[in-house]
Amino acid sequence: MSGRTRLMGLVLMVSMISLGACAPRSGQTDGVVTLRFWALGREGEVVKDLIPEFERRNPGIRVAVQQIPILNAHEKLLTACVGGVTPDLAQVGNTWIPELANLKAIAPLDKLVQRSGVVAQADYFAGIWDTNVVDGSVYGVPWYVDTRLLFYRTDLLAAAGFPEPPRTWRQWMEAMRRVKARAGPGRFAILLPVDEHEQPLILGRELGAGLLRDGDRYGDFRSPAFREAAGFYVGLFRSGLAPAWSNSQINSVYQQFAAGDFAFFITGPWNVGEFRRRLPPEMKDKWNTAPMPAPDNSRDWPGVSVAGGASLALFRGSRHPAEAWKLVEFLSEPAVQVQFHKLTGDLPPRASAWGSPSLAGDPQTAAFRAQLERVVPAPKVPEWEEISIQIWQSLEPAIRGRSTVDAALTDLDTRVDRILEKRRKVLARRRASGR
Amino acid sequence: MRKALVSLGLHAALVAGAVLTLLPLVWMVMASLMPAGEASSVPPPFFPSHVTFEHYRELFVHLNIGRVFFNSALLAVSVTVLSVLLNAMAGYAFAKLRFPGRSRIFGFLLGALVLPSQVAILPLFLLMRQLGLISSYWGVILPGMATIFGIFLVRQYALSIPDELLDAARIDGASEVRIFAEIIMPLCRPILVTLAIFTFLGTWNDFFWPLVVLTDDSKYTLPVALANLFGEHVQDTELMMAGSVLTVMPVLLLFLLLQRHYVQGLLMGGLKE
Amino acid sequence: MAGEVKMSSEVRAAWLFVGPGLAIIFLFFLLPIAAALLLSLTDFDLYAVADWHNLRLVGFDNYLHLLRDSLFWKAMRNTFYFVLVGGPLTVVVSLAAALMIQSRLTRFPGLFRTAFFAPAVTTLVAIATVWRYLYHPNFGLLNHALGWIGIAPIDWLGDTRWAMPAIILLSIWKNFGANMIILAAGLQSIPESLYEAARLEGAGWWRQLRHVTLPMLAPTFLFVAVMTCIGYFQLFAEPFVLTRQGEPLNSTLSVALLMYKEGFRFWHMGYAAAVAFVLFLVILAATTLQVRLARRGEA
Repeated sequence: MSGRTRLMGLVLMVSMISLGACAPRSGQTDGVVTLRFWALGREGEVVKDLIPEFERRNPGIRVAVQQIPILNAHEKLLTACVGGVTPDLAQVGNTWIPELANLKAIAPLDKLVQRSGVVAQADYFAGIWDTNVVDGSVYGVPWYVDTRLLFYRTDLLAAAGFPEPPRTWRQWMEAMRRVKARAGPGRFAILLPVDEHEQPLILGRELGAGLLRDGDRYGDFRSPAFREAAGFYVGLFRSGLAPAWSNSQINSVYQQFAAGDFAFFITGPWNVGEFRRRLPPEMKDKWNTAPMPAPDNSRDWPGVSVAGGASLALFRGSRHPAEAWKLVEFLSEPAVQVQFHKLTGDLPPRASAWGSPSLAGDPQTAAFRAQLERVVPAPKVPEWEEISIQIWQSLEPAIRGRSTVDAALTDLDTRVDRILEKRRKVLARRRASGR
Repeated sequence: MRKALVSLGLHAALVAGAVLTLLPLVWMVMASLMPAGEASSVPPPFFPSHVTFEHYRELFVHLNIGRVFFNSALLAVSVTVLSVLLNAMAGYAFAKLRFPGRSRIFGFLLGALVLPSQVAILPLFLLMRQLGLISSYWGVILPGMATIFGIFLVRQYALSIPDELLDAARIDGASEVRIFAEIIMPLCRPILVTLAIFTFLGTWNDFFWPLVVLTDDSKYTLPVALANLFGEHVQDTELMMAGSVLTVMPVLLLFLLLQRHYVQGLLMGGLKE
Repeated sequence: MAGEVKMSSEVRAAWLFVGPGLAIIFLFFLLPIAAALLLSLTDFDLYAVADWHNLRLVGFDNYLHLLRDSLFWKAMRNTFYFVLVGGPLTVVVSLAAALMIQSRLTRFPGLFRTAFFAPAVTTLVAIATVWRYLYHPNFGLLNHALGWIGIAPIDWLGDTRWAMPAIILLSIWKNFGANMIILAAGLQSIPESLYEAARLEGAGWWRQLRHVTLPMLAPTFLFVAVMTCIGYFQLFAEPFVLTRQGEPLNSTLSVALLMYKEGFRFWHMGYAAAVAFVLFLVILAATTLQVRLARRGEA
């Protein structure tokens, strides 16, 4: 009988000991520093190939990469910040920077950048660098850029009478109409996943929509500019040029693009590599990329797109900021960036890396080079992630014919005003206390 | 004749039901053994064209599922051992030891049974943050170490132990701790086994809390890792199925081995009110 | 004198035994729930995490916002849809299965019982993953099987009309086994003499079921119904995995999922706590209502 109690005690002890053994270890053992680096999605997988070279150059540093699925990345990162268990450094979407800075989770890098022989601000695309600046301080070093533009089927467009990609919305619309007329039912002119906010956002920015107003304290989606953009966007679905598919309803973008289910697709640089890899060989010369068309002739071509991408940020909680910065510098070296581009297809944020033959001589990447000169950031408020989700959630009913564009935008403004309510309070308090 | 027809219909329904119930599980195993991409073809195949273990290898070699498996097992065993002990102690005391406020406290606990644990999750996270236990094993173990349901289950069972037995032991000079360890625990063995199975399965299968509290992938449990993997490998049906098999099989086997105890517990929870 | 000494040692032992368990339950369950109530009266969010000065007591503002938030009502409607349709269906399937395995005609009841019960012990996240593929519009076995009887492919998880039925179907599959076991035990405890008396009066299968089985089973049935109802109101992991957190068009967004999103995605902790509390009140009300109705039915 008591043997059993003793057994229980033993099991208890063993489990305690094993738990103790697995308790979080400090980052330092035997003089070797282990950096915890969180990277998202595919980059998280690929960056592991770059780490050995870094570790070879820095024998005292080990890097543990944790890959975080892109779908949960934002909430996972915030959970870690609130829970006080942040990594040493992480890849963060550049639209999250204001939020993380506001949370005092990530560290300002101004001094490190000034002293750095690698991270030279002048070499970065200005629009991209700017997304990392909050209240005059820089909080992230751009790692790769991700702006969206047109991918299109050259053969389908040529057959519709457009040997060159459209340069204005009017040409673009005409091209889509003709493509759709030739394609027939079940096929479409353009693919715009309804659960993405980037496309309406780009169209709005092209028309100069501010998106937020009064010091980013209220939503401004009913402004004439965004109203027009939303009308254009929703109209593409209503007139049957675009299918109302969400990402989970699309089986395979690549198969469907190859099959001619759509001729246009607004997407980012990662798809250059994916298209090459996944499209059947006979499609090789039948697609290309083009910068965004301008709304009309009165505006500069190319039209603007939104500055996306990811940056590398250091967390305030890190006990090894110097080592973490070394990794940032390593990943920012133009040569490493070119290698990273080869592995991922991600585009480097620095002009000098674009001089490499693999980028300069690539016809399908050239459009991105042109587009990158014409990018603007999303509004820099901590609430942006939430607002961006709200954009597509409010527009989707209008796309599916359950609501009108005006009702959708009213709904969007109401919800965004509510999202920004706390921001207004905090700003008012700051002003009252004279800070 | 009519009876034979009824019997035939009945068994046809039973077999059909059993096939439908088991089909998803069988398909899961089949798909996990298919070569990559085979499950996504038309018409969908049920049997693999040839059996491959490449996805299991991929999970263990590249995706570190061994570590995750260890985490799940460690957490489930720890929570089970600790919570069975604590619940048994409390349940026995509520049943057999007289102390002031006993019935009031117990009544209060019973009332609290209706509180859904989801309500507690947000502040629990903040509490764990204060304790510095976010992303630690203890963050998962501590809240699971005692449950109202477990205490209730043990108490109902212990009520049937005759007081004379305890009084006799006390007269013999046995300490309360010894009485508990050497008389009560063995007598309550059936319900403790049941409780242990319940707790083990519950902890193994739990998703919400581990998802929130474990941020470091070296601490992930199988359900959390699986949901994560799903985010990255939606297209890799066969790989996902291999992950699902690894998650489901241990609990399924445990259930098949200890079915009798499990069912018994379900009935005690259900009928002995 | 001796009695008093014994009493006090018993009391001391009692506290020693209940102490650790109660401490855990208090600290990690009751205290957080009380804190949730307080939290729901504040505007706790990321600004407050960054700086405690940004925390304000806002009274019932969160609740008022909640009642005006169409997304909350959508989540509420979805949850009720799931409970009111999925719950009864689950209980009915459970009862049918229980009646079948308890039938005297059934051979190998243990075998069938194990088969029906197996899904109940499986891990929901893994199972939801499996079903996601079964529901695939092109490669899913379900649509393939429906094709045999001439039903055109259904976009189960992409179509707002079908996503919730898909979740309900999975839930029935997963949960009917456990209910079946309890109901079967309830059936077993009905005295055979009652059936004999009924048969003597010439009652057929149907009348035996209506006048003997169901009335005698009522308490067990109520228990099963209440437990299913409470569990179903807390719907979370199914839409989390199966429909990527409530898609399409939030048609599978449940109240618990809304709480998770508000709380752990955007860190509107105050608002999320209010959502959690409303969910709790709804569960409490539904449970009370069921028990009341059952009592009135008995009287």
